[in-house]
Amino acid sequence: MTAPPASPAAQPNYLPMVEMRGVTKRFPGVIANDRVDLDVGQGSIHALLGENGAGKSTLMHILSGLYRPDAGQIRVEGREVAFSSPLDAIQTSIGMVHQHFMLVETQTVAENVVLGDRAQGFHVSRANIRDQVLMLGAESGLELDPDAYIWQLSVGERQRVEIVKMLHRGARLLILDEPTSVLTPQESTQLFTQMRQMTDQGRTLIFISHKLEEVMALADWITVLRGGRVQAHVRPRDTDRDELVRMMVGRPVMFDMKRPEVEPGAVRLALRGVCASSEQGEDALHEISLEVRAGEILGIAGVAGNGQRELAETITGLRSATRGEIRVNDQDMTGASSRQIIDAGVAYIPQDRQHTGTAPNVSLEDNLALKTYRTARGGYFINPAHHARVAAALLDEYAVVASSSKSPARLLSGGNLQKLILARELSGQHQVLVAESPTRGLDIGAIESVHEILLGQKSQGLAILLISEDLQEILTLSDRIAVIYEGGIMGIVDREDADVNGIGLMMAGARPAPESA
Amino acid sequence: MTDSIALRSARRWPRLVLEPRARVPWHVHGLVLVLLLGVALFLGGVVLWAGGGNPVHIFRSMFITAFGGKWGLSDTLVKATPLILTGLGVALAFRMGMWNIGAEGQLYLGALFATGIALHVASPSANRSLTLLLMLLAGCLGGALWGFIPGFLKARFEVNEIISSLMLNYVALALVNFFVYGPWSERGFGLTPMFPRNAWLPSLSEYAEAMPWARGMTVHAGLILALVAAAVLYLLWRWTKFGFEMTLVGDNPEAARYAGVNLRRTIVLVMALSGMLAGLAGMSEVSGVVHRLLDHVSPGYGFTAIIVAWLARLHPLGIILVSFLFGGMIVGADEIQSAGVSALLQGIILFVMVSGDLLLRYRLYLRFSPRTALSVDT
Repeated sequence: MTAPPASPAAQPNYLPMVEMRGVTKRFPGVIANDRVDLDVGQGSIHALLGENGAGKSTLMHILSGLYRPDAGQIRVEGREVAFSSPLDAIQTSIGMVHQHFMLVETQTVAENVVLGDRAQGFHVSRANIRDQVLMLGAESGLELDPDAYIWQLSVGERQRVEIVKMLHRGARLLILDEPTSVLTPQESTQLFTQMRQMTDQGRTLIFISHKLEEVMALADWITVLRGGRVQAHVRPRDTDRDELVRMMVGRPVMFDMKRPEVEPGAVRLALRGVCASSEQGEDALHEISLEVRAGEILGIAGVAGNGQRELAETITGLRSATRGEIRVNDQDMTGASSRQIIDAGVAYIPQDRQHTGTAPNVSLEDNLALKTYRTARGGYFINPAHHARVAAALLDEYAVVASSSKSPARLLSGGNLQKLILARELSGQHQVLVAESPTRGLDIGAIESVHEILLGQKSQGLAILLISEDLQEILTLSDRIAVIYEGGIMGIVDREDADVNGIGLMMAGARPAPESA
Repeated sequence: MTDSIALRSARRWPRLVLEPRARVPWHVHGLVLVLLLGVALFLGGVVLWAGGGNPVHIFRSMFITAFGGKWGLSDTLVKATPLILTGLGVALAFRMGMWNIGAEGQLYLGALFATGIALHVASPSANRSLTLLLMLLAGCLGGALWGFIPGFLKARFEVNEIISSLMLNYVALALVNFFVYGPWSERGFGLTPMFPRNAWLPSLSEYAEAMPWARGMTVHAGLILALVAAAVLYLLWRWTKFGFEMTLVGDNPEAARYAGVNLRRTIVLVMALSGMLAGLAGMSEVSGVVHRLLDHVSPGYGFTAIIVAWLARLHPLGIILVSFLFGGMIVGADEIQSAGVSALLQGIILFVMVSGDLLLRYRLYLRFSPRTALSVDT
């Protein structure tokens, strides 16, 4: 950067809400924030844009009192502050809504709102809280039923509870960490309206994002971070998507990937009327019927928590179907164990890399052998030397960055862990791949390479069921798109006939109009 | 991203900082173990001193008794034998994240089953090897059965194995009591008649005529069983597909399921194997040491095994070493005629160890004021 970065502080009528100067935070081995300056004006919406690991969340954790900076000053509304806990921050009217909600499922909205609020004292007046929740909701367009239990709420509603919780504690600066990552396009639009409404009332919002569209549409100011440093402070009207990406990634990125034209082959995976239950015994999947052919990617779009995980687990034998039929390569695999499904040639990239996809304290070599150790030669014995040889080749091929193939998997970053899983699941002979959010939490660069790998595998005749909450990803990769809502398929459309609006409506539970069926 | 935990938040003074270790090198394991034993001895010494004893004198005489001569060493090995076997048993389950607290009961069941063979199946004229083999199998079966029950309940109905295995200890004890005071009792005392000679595991003293130095040495073939079991377990964990599956289940059951491991089967099998090793200890005690079944055939080996396994970090070689130390402690405490000393030391060791676990998982250091500005190079 040659020109000095512009700053909202240089604008007329500027009232400072937050001033961060030279904020630095080191973790063992990395500098998460390197002399970061940030100015946020009162009543504005300020976006923090950057890839994973750019330091956005760390910076906001510092501002919300979760971390302490190693160096630098923070002023809030002109006064210097030094928080030692999130409690300090909320008392200075700064509240953060995390990506993962921190709500008690078995309590009501009102109860969650006052949970941990020291101002409540020993006795809590229910009627009072109900009124406050209703009032705060009406004020900011965040309508909520104060008596509903959290487990009854949709993800979007839970997010509203988190926001109201912060407003209730008197937050005038609200930090939202990737707020749209769990929402439908319509819910996102609704959230944006609510965010506008909140700033109209004089509140200030900072939101963390890596989605260019929403940043461009919503923010008054954008601060781009890369590698812990501020790349620029810009206004949306002074920039464009390409420039933002260049600043985020450090190089230009191709947005539209060419889907290779492949003539679909035989049906590899077929589901007919499959039903399954959740852990609580409720219906999780309802009469799911779909087919995936060789050389085809079928995308499953939907908002998180609508049966995606159950669908993947039912296909891969980790959950048993209560009704219906599952066929792999035209063989009936209904009720088969996960071992039998693996042996039938079904690879599976689970959404939860840490809890399902890998064993954290087991070496990379052994994690790579997770699916092959059993069928390898040697009778009852494993062959560690063979594991090491295979691992060396795979780690190299998939460019997994690790200090040693003997180090435990928990030391890998999210992106590298995902590459490890891809390396394992795509090596060997598979006919079907179930990929659940394969790029969740990855850098733009890493996403690009995962997409390339998936498209390459498709060209080689793999039948891929792509389950993703990222609609953009579904649209980029899929040949056909199915939308899942509350455990049922709302409709299946060809990519050519698909439009974001129609899919978004189906994601929210609307049946497609008859003519498109 | 791992963040440090600050123990003190004082601004001016250096802060005590705990930083998670990425991996624990083996020499840290050893160092921490020695340090913890030292601290435990010190604390135990303080208690003895407060009670009017001379700790240095007491520890010295304990040490000499346990390790200072061939008879002492032999006795120490005899006490170490059931500790190794039960220690391996619980370690097998612990490694897989299964909390088998029932080794004591599994030991009793093994002893009971082996006794049944010795008293009722084998005749005094029967072939000794065959008799011992049958007793060994019976002991294994008894222990395995008592391990299988909590394993099955866990796998089938998700019954907490800590509770079920613990409770089964009391059932086993009552069962043994029934037999030693009832059907198998010798004149109503809490013991069975002495086993016929061919149901005794060979001990060194048996060969005193050929090897005069072995006179009075009580160490018996059960020790060989224990060492073989340790070697087999090492092999199992390190080199077999089943061992690989156990490691996976222990580290992340979800990932194991995902890898195609049959969780239920593995849980049941491992609990049965775990119980089998404790049952073997029971057989070794009745056949190698007391040569009859008593109502209190074990002074709590199955519980001490839990401490042994943890101190040894669930490693077979460590279990042998720690069992040897603990065996010595039991023998030494017997010598000074104070039954409480061994239990006291064991208790203190467990306590110190649990708190000392922190040292293994974290690196401890002092950090000076976090508010010092970093020198910023421009």
